[in-house]
Amino acid sequence: MALTVERRRTNRAPYLLLIPAVGILLIGMGYPVVWQAITSLQEYGLQQQFGKAAPFVFLENYIELATNASFWAVVAKSIAFCLITAVATLAIGLGLALLMNVVGKAPRLILQIALLLAWSMPVVAAMTVWIWLFDRRRGAVNYLLDLIPGVDMNRFNWLETPTTFFIVASVIVIWMSVPFVAFSSYAGLTQISEEVMEAAQLDGANGWQRFWGIILPMIRPVIAIVFLLQIIWDLRVFTQITMLQDAGSKSSEFDLLGTYIFKLGTKAQDFGMASAVSILVLAITIVLSWFYIRSLLKEDEA
Amino acid sequence: MRARTARTIFGALAIVIAVIWVFPVYWMVNSSLLPNTTLLSFVPTFVPFGGSLNNFTAALADGEFYAALGMSVSITLIAVFFCLIFAFLGAVAISRFRFRGRKSFIIAVLVVQMLPAEGLFIAQYKMVASVHLLDSVIGVSVIYIAAVVPFTIWMLRGFVAGVPADLEEAAMVDGLSRFGAFMRITFPLLAPGLVASGVYAFLQAWNEFTVALVLLPSEAAQTLPLWLRGFVQASATRETDWGQVMAASTLVAVPVIVFFLIVQGRLTSGLVSGAVKG
Repeated sequence: MALTVERRRTNRAPYLLLIPAVGILLIGMGYPVVWQAITSLQEYGLQQQFGKAAPFVFLENYIELATNASFWAVVAKSIAFCLITAVATLAIGLGLALLMNVVGKAPRLILQIALLLAWSMPVVAAMTVWIWLFDRRRGAVNYLLDLIPGVDMNRFNWLETPTTFFIVASVIVIWMSVPFVAFSSYAGLTQISEEVMEAAQLDGANGWQRFWGIILPMIRPVIAIVFLLQIIWDLRVFTQITMLQDAGSKSSEFDLLGTYIFKLGTKAQDFGMASAVSILVLAITIVLSWFYIRSLLKEDEA
Repeated sequence: MRARTARTIFGALAIVIAVIWVFPVYWMVNSSLLPNTTLLSFVPTFVPFGGSLNNFTAALADGEFYAALGMSVSITLIAVFFCLIFAFLGAVAISRFRFRGRKSFIIAVLVVQMLPAEGLFIAQYKMVASVHLLDSVIGVSVIYIAAVVPFTIWMLRGFVAGVPADLEEAAMVDGLSRFGAFMRITFPLLAPGLVASGVYAFLQAWNEFTVALVLLPSEAAQTLPLWLRGFVQASATRETDWGQVMAASTLVAVPVIVFFLIVQGRLTSGLVSGAVKG
């Protein structure tokens, strides 16, 4: 008798414990995803916002997107921006982790504090500083570059053309995300045992061989996860692009997917199309992160 | 000898990189202390000589600062508080019980973390507007809790799993109830995990921009990041007053930086244990 009561209680307990978390997720995320998915199949423009019923147009929004050259331009730019920024972040972050591993205690601590300071800057505050650094007339970047003989950066407007605009955006994103990559990789490096490295050295492996043969395979799981997170984050940069547009030009040439959706939703008031783009971005993100999710689940079973 | 030279070179390189990396942070504080006349010269001033707090006084004179501070504090406190309770219960459920649907829940928790805020903001706006909670603390808090709960569950799960269930069972043999055993034995051992996830939730909520931008359309209801952006925009209609803008940025950033530096050891160990311990 006592046993059955006990069993019934343990069976129900996990579900009761999950109610608050599941409830808030359904409200905050679940409902919006479903609404967004349905709206992406509807014509939902300005008239619908004033109460007119939204007719189902099924895949029309998606077809319109697929045949819209400016949308593909934004997709291409976003993917290029994301890949370049994520790869650079990973390379620099890994480089700094290796550097932390070989230097003495004092330089390591100085480097770590510098990275922590950059990491902890709120994104909006970081953006205002960077915009000031890249200011056309009195920014420190132009001033310092101007000091290099033969370089004339006087009043160079970084935010004027898309290429230099995205270079600035990429530099800022890299600056902000390298600390995370560096610290995670460094944590991975410290797990490698001294003995293995010494044995390799005794066997005559040089620095490169030790890097490719031992270090890289051992920290590969950390790198895989960190790289994936970077791709996911860099695909949807929003705050950085919005604030750079505040300072420069708001023209659509300077849009990535995040700001593109935002403008469709707020300025054009075309919720149907904006939802369709959102769903596509969600789909891309889930496809990209599936690998990450699977690797985490494997660890869960282990 | 050669190894020693290499070590010195690498050490120097590390310090050069540290200087480059910290420069923007330094530049923000430096510019915030300089009078505008100095900032208006075409040669940047690299050392804050003649520093004054005038820019801070001017930035604080913007009446909306205190309202935004109040808004940020309330939203963050509510989000952290509920997030910790919800995530704690969820973490206990998935690491102490085997039940049907456990795996689906874990997958859901992971997938939700990947959803970009920019992909959901229209629906969230419509939803919050329909219950008349735009420009309110509650509307934003609900979305923040939902956004942060998955990761905090993930993080806390590592900590709960790190406390062996045997300890609880031993306490139960000694006559404590299951709940009593949990509260007396496991809960105290989870304190570091709760701190780490609380810090994570705090940083997310305090710094968040996109959701706040959408759900707080009125000028009168702003969080600090929105206030800072508005301050920059207002200043840019004239010649940008960089001294004041940098003082405003410093006001928003420095508390976070100080807080982050104090707790970062806990935070990183929490992140690592969440990711590694499983």
